[in-house]
Amino acid sequence: MKKPNVGIFDFACCEGCQLQIANMGEDVLDVLGSINVLEWREVMSEKWGKNLDIAIIEGSITDPHAVKRIQQIRKKAKVLITIGSCATIGGVNGMKNNFDLNDIRQYVYGGSYRFFPTELTKAVHQVVKVDYFVHGCPMYIPEFVTVIKAALQGIPYYVPDYPVCVECKLNENVCMYDRKVTCLGPVTKAGCNSWCINNGNICYGCRGMVSNPNEKGAKDVLAKYRIPLELILNKMNMYNKCRELG
Amino acid sequence: MKKNVNINVEYLTRVEGHGNIVINVKDGKLETCRLDIVEAPRFFEGMLRGRYVFEAQHITSRICGICACGHTLASIQAAEEALGITPTEQTIKLRKLLLHLEILDSHILHIYLLVAPDLLGVKSFAPLISSHNEVVRRALRMKKTCNDLCDVLVGRHVHPISAIVGGFTKLPRPKDLDAMLNMLTGMRTDMEATVELAASLRFPEFERDTEYVALVSDDAEYPLLMGDIGSTDGIRMNKKDYRKITNEFIVPHSSAKHAKLSRESYAVGALARFNLNSEKLHPKAKEIAVAVGLKPKCINPYLNTVAQLIESVHCLEDAIAIVEDLKSKPMNYDEELVVGLNEQHSGDEFGKAVYCLINVGLVFLFFGQLVLGVLGISVSSFAIAGGIAYFGRGTHVMATPLG
Repeated sequence: MKKPNVGIFDFACCEGCQLQIANMGEDVLDVLGSINVLEWREVMSEKWGKNLDIAIIEGSITDPHAVKRIQQIRKKAKVLITIGSCATIGGVNGMKNNFDLNDIRQYVYGGSYRFFPTELTKAVHQVVKVDYFVHGCPMYIPEFVTVIKAALQGIPYYVPDYPVCVECKLNENVCMYDRKVTCLGPVTKAGCNSWCINNGNICYGCRGMVSNPNEKGAKDVLAKYRIPLELILNKMNMYNKCRELG
Repeated sequence: MKKNVNINVEYLTRVEGHGNIVINVKDGKLETCRLDIVEAPRFFEGMLRGRYVFEAQHITSRICGICACGHTLASIQAAEEALGITPTEQTIKLRKLLLHLEILDSHILHIYLLVAPDLLGVKSFAPLISSHNEVVRRALRMKKTCNDLCDVLVGRHVHPISAIVGGFTKLPRPKDLDAMLNMLTGMRTDMEATVELAASLRFPEFERDTEYVALVSDDAEYPLLMGDIGSTDGIRMNKKDYRKITNEFIVPHSSAKHAKLSRESYAVGALARFNLNSEKLHPKAKEIAVAVGLKPKCINPYLNTVAQLIESVHCLEDAIAIVEDLKSKPMNYDEELVVGLNEQHSGDEFGKAVYCLINVGLVFLFFGQLVLGVLGISVSSFAIAGGIAYFGRGTHVMATPLG
C-alpha cells in the first residue's frame, strides 16, 4: 500500500494537540512509519503545498484569512481530520462570542484594535466539510490513534454519543454531584475515558454535547441539588458557545 | 559592495505560533526588518471577564499547550493572592515538582526537535529518523517520560487536570511517588547523553547586549515558581507591580503585544534566568555550565539553548530531590480538594462569595509567560536578523498573543 501524504495545520489554538502527537514518544515513529508527513509547521521546515491524502487540522477559524486558508486546504485534501476542541467545537476560543466583538477587541487592544481583524469563532466543520473528529481539550491520544487507523483504512469512526458518565461509572469514580459540585459529564460526549473526573476534577464539556441529551434527567439533577440553570449554562459556554452558530 | 536583499518568510517553522520575517536591504542600507506576529488573536484577557475565579486556571492553561503548567501555576498564584489563600508547604513542593517536569519537557522538545535540526543541517527531525535514529528515539523517550510523570502527578501534561486554586484534586499515593522516582532516576542516563550531544553542537557566534528579566529571590533556591522580578539592569520589583515591568505596547504588525523595561526591549527565558541566578543552580548543573563554558552575563541569544540544557539537568536533579523529600514523610491526604468549592445551595451565597470578576486576568497571563520565560518578544529588528534560533523558544509568545 502506498503511504498516504499527510499535512498537519494549525489555526487559532494552543498547539497542545500537536504536542500530544509528540507526547506519544517512540510510538510516534510507528505512526510516522505508516504515513508521509510532508508539512507540519510546528516541527518541520519542509513545505508541500500540493495535494494531500489527509489533512489534520488543529484550531478554530476566527478571521477572514483563516477562512480562505482552510478552504484551500480542504480543496487539496481528500480526507480532513479535525483534532481538539478548538477545531471540533470551537472550544475556549468560542468564549469570545459571549461578547460584542468590537468591545472585546478594544478591551484587549485599545485604540489599535483595528489592526487585528477577527470574526465570530467557528469550529472547522462550520466552514468546510470535516470527515473525522477527534474531540477533547487536549485530544485523547488513544482516540487519535483509532481515528488515524480508521482514516488509513477508509472506514468511518463514530464518536461515542453517550455521556461521559458511562465511562465514569466504569472507572468507579464517585459522582461529582455527590461530592457536591457540578459536572458537565451528563451532557458531554464520552470517548475520553472520563479523564478529568479520574483525576478529581469535573467535566467541563470539552468534547461537545451528546446529540440527544437527556434534558429531563439533567433538569431533575439540577433541581435535586438546587443548582441554578444559569450556572450550568455559563459553564457550557466555556467550550460549547459555537453550537449557537448551527 | 552595495547589496540588495529581500527576505520574506511566510510562517516561520519549528516554532510555536505564527510569525513572518520581512527583511529588505536596498543598496546596502537596511530599510525593513520586522518580525510580524500574524497569530490569530484569541482575546484571553477579554474572555476571562465574568468567569469564576476557579475557572481562570482552566481557561488560561489553554493559552499554550507547551507551557500549560506554567500558565496554570501562575494563574493559581494570582487567584490565591486575590482570595487571600496561602498554599501549604506540601502543595508548594508539588507545584515546584510540576514546574520542573514541564520545563524539562519543554527544553527537551526545543533542544532536540526544534533547534538540533538547524545545527545538524537538516530541515526537521524527519530526516534524522534514519540518519540519527538513536538520537530521535532518545528525544522521544525523554519527552514521553516527562509526559508520563505529569500523567501521574496531575493527570496529563497538556492542560493539567488536578492542579487547582488551593491545591490538588488528587495527590500522589506512595506507589505513585515510587513510580515517579523510578522514571526520574531512569532519565539520568539519557540526560548524560543529551549533555554530551549538546556540548558537541556548534552555535553561531552572535552577540547582542540586552536586559535580561527573570524571577529573583533572597533565598538559596533557583527561583522558577516564586519570587520578585529582577533584571540584569538592576531592577527589582514585586510581582504586584507587573504592569511597570511589562509596559506593554502595541505595534501594527504584531498581534502579540511588545514589552519593555529599562531599554527598548528585554529578554526572558532560560538564558535570562541563568544570567540572573546561575550561582543557585544544582551543583550538577553548575558543573555542566563550567564544562561548556557558559558564564553570566552571556549575551549570545543562540546560547539560550545551552542555558536550557543546564536548566534541564537542574530540573531533573531537583525534581528527584523533591520526590525523595516527599517520600521521606507521609503525605497529608486531607489536603486533597474537591474542585473549587461547594457550588450547590448556591445561587446567592455562592455568587456573593466567589463570583470574582477576574480583572486580575492580566496577572495570570503575565506570570504564565514569565514563569516559563516567554515574554521576550519586544526584540529590536537587529536581534531578529541574528537570533532566529533563539526564538525557537522565544516565539512562544506568538501562540500567545493573549491578545
